[in-house]
Amino acid sequence: MTALLARGLTKRYGRTNVVDALDLSVERGELYGFLGPNGAGKTTTIRMALGLVHPTAGHVELLGERVAPGGGRAGLAHAGALIEEPAFYRFLSGRRNLEAFARAGSDRADVRRRLARIDEVLELVGLSDAAGVRVKAYSQGMRQRLGIALALLGDPDILILDEPTNGLDPAGMREVRQLLRRLADGGTTVFVSSHLLAEVEAMCDRVGVLSRGRLVAEGPPGRLRVGADRLRIEVDDRARALRALASIEGVEATVEGRVVRATLGGSATAAAVNAALVAAGVAVSALVPERESLEDVFLSLVEDGGVQG
Amino acid sequence: MFRVELAKARRRWRTYLIAAALGGIPVLIVIAVKLSPPTPDASGDAPPFLLQIVRNGLFAPLTGLAVIQPFFLPLAAGLLSGDAIAGEAQGGTLRYLLVRPVSRARLVLAKYGSAMTLLGLFLLWVVCCGVLLGGVMFGLRPLPTLSGTTLGLGEALARILAAACYILLGVSGIVAIGLFVSTLTDSGPGATVATVILGIASEICDQIPSLRVIHPFLPTHGWLGFTDLFRFPVEWAGMRAGLLVSAAYTAVFLAGALVSFARRDVVS
Repeated sequence: MTALLARGLTKRYGRTNVVDALDLSVERGELYGFLGPNGAGKTTTIRMALGLVHPTAGHVELLGERVAPGGGRAGLAHAGALIEEPAFYRFLSGRRNLEAFARAGSDRADVRRRLARIDEVLELVGLSDAAGVRVKAYSQGMRQRLGIALALLGDPDILILDEPTNGLDPAGMREVRQLLRRLADGGTTVFVSSHLLAEVEAMCDRVGVLSRGRLVAEGPPGRLRVGADRLRIEVDDRARALRALASIEGVEATVEGRVVRATLGGSATAAAVNAALVAAGVAVSALVPERESLEDVFLSLVEDGGVQG
Repeated sequence: MFRVELAKARRRWRTYLIAAALGGIPVLIVIAVKLSPPTPDASGDAPPFLLQIVRNGLFAPLTGLAVIQPFFLPLAAGLLSGDAIAGEAQGGTLRYLLVRPVSRARLVLAKYGSAMTLLGLFLLWVVCCGVLLGGVMFGLRPLPTLSGTTLGLGEALARILAAACYILLGVSGIVAIGLFVSTLTDSGPGATVATVILGIASEICDQIPSLRVIHPFLPTHGWLGFTDLFRFPVEWAGMRAGLLVSAAYTAVFLAGALVSFARRDVVS
């Protein structure tokens, strides 16, 4: 079953689509990295997935249940979330905060279950000793840990974490990454957003790259596939090659220096490109599929001015 | 959710500050009266019941209620209701409550219920402070009514509690307005100030004769109706009208709060 599914998800603020017809599908037990520069629409997507923001169009399903701000809370009951920074009642201690959020639910059995897990999650994030201290006195890192503890309190089937390592020192970051990896290996779906490439590369099973509200790339971090395949072609006669490629549907070719680059769309394949070139009498000395690395994709996005607000 | 709200209030300094401020009013009045008893000829602007305290401590809680009603009560009501949703939004805890998940309607109703409960407890506290200190300083005697008859001690206390209940129901409309305002903004203080201003503006309009046409529809117009509890027989007409207006404001603005909060994008 799909743990998190978005179909045509769109949020328009004013005249811009902050999230633009986004399709997303995260499988159960997967550790999915949602990567994008600040302002790409990650947080808005997460807020729609959690029923905080009304989509302009499209919808989200969480654990097979449709999420809607007015209702559709069945999926949320089995989700844990960290949305931007953690937030707590400053006048209550860490433990009392977890108690307050646990008791806020309406299902008694669920409330009891959460109350019984408080010690366990505090231990898990290393806050057992500071549990009695008012949150007012917590450092940013401690608040972040308490936020993760709160997300874990309901023993969720899916964790949705927005920048969970914010404010943590390198050791804390590594701990959180290891914790998330452990949870995913134990069957929990983890959806984690980040603007840090190295972070998602180090822990995720699959990465989606968001830019200006659109998913521009998705795949395992090792060999991330760009939306369309590209070919680097070396030929003897570049002009004739361009003419030959223009006749194939779905192929866009340009000359870049000494090579021809072809982008394959639709049903076009590298084999078809090769056949067309040979048929046109072009001597092909090299035809290499190009996959951009995650870093290439990400950097090109950032350099393209993908960073906004 | 309602109980969680009260538990949170129990651990906030704010709650005790309001209680201290409100409870301090009858205490202050009793002490002031004790130190320099008012003379009847200087009584022009004195709050209702003040002059009688020297003769009967039971007038202390009544004076206390009458004094907090026009300003301190709307202030407390505005603080509790205006901050209810907006304060959670400002602190960021609203999004965590909603993904807990807590239904938006349930949150609004729990906030309304807890604000009203706290205000009720504050009023009870004012009555207790007044009865206690008034009793100690001037003694408690049967209460003369405005119609010249006398109420036994138990009956008088019951009427004073009834007056507190009426005052609480009177402010319920303001609480609903505050909650509605609270769903519109992410600023707790902003919503509080707006609510207090609306309450006080209503009281001011109630004093302007040329606005007589709208007086019966102002949320604060019927507030002093509780004095009719101390007539013989009790005159219900004014209180009935006051309760009706409060109920109407409560219904309209509570519904408004529910709708506006349900439609809102929570981006705080």
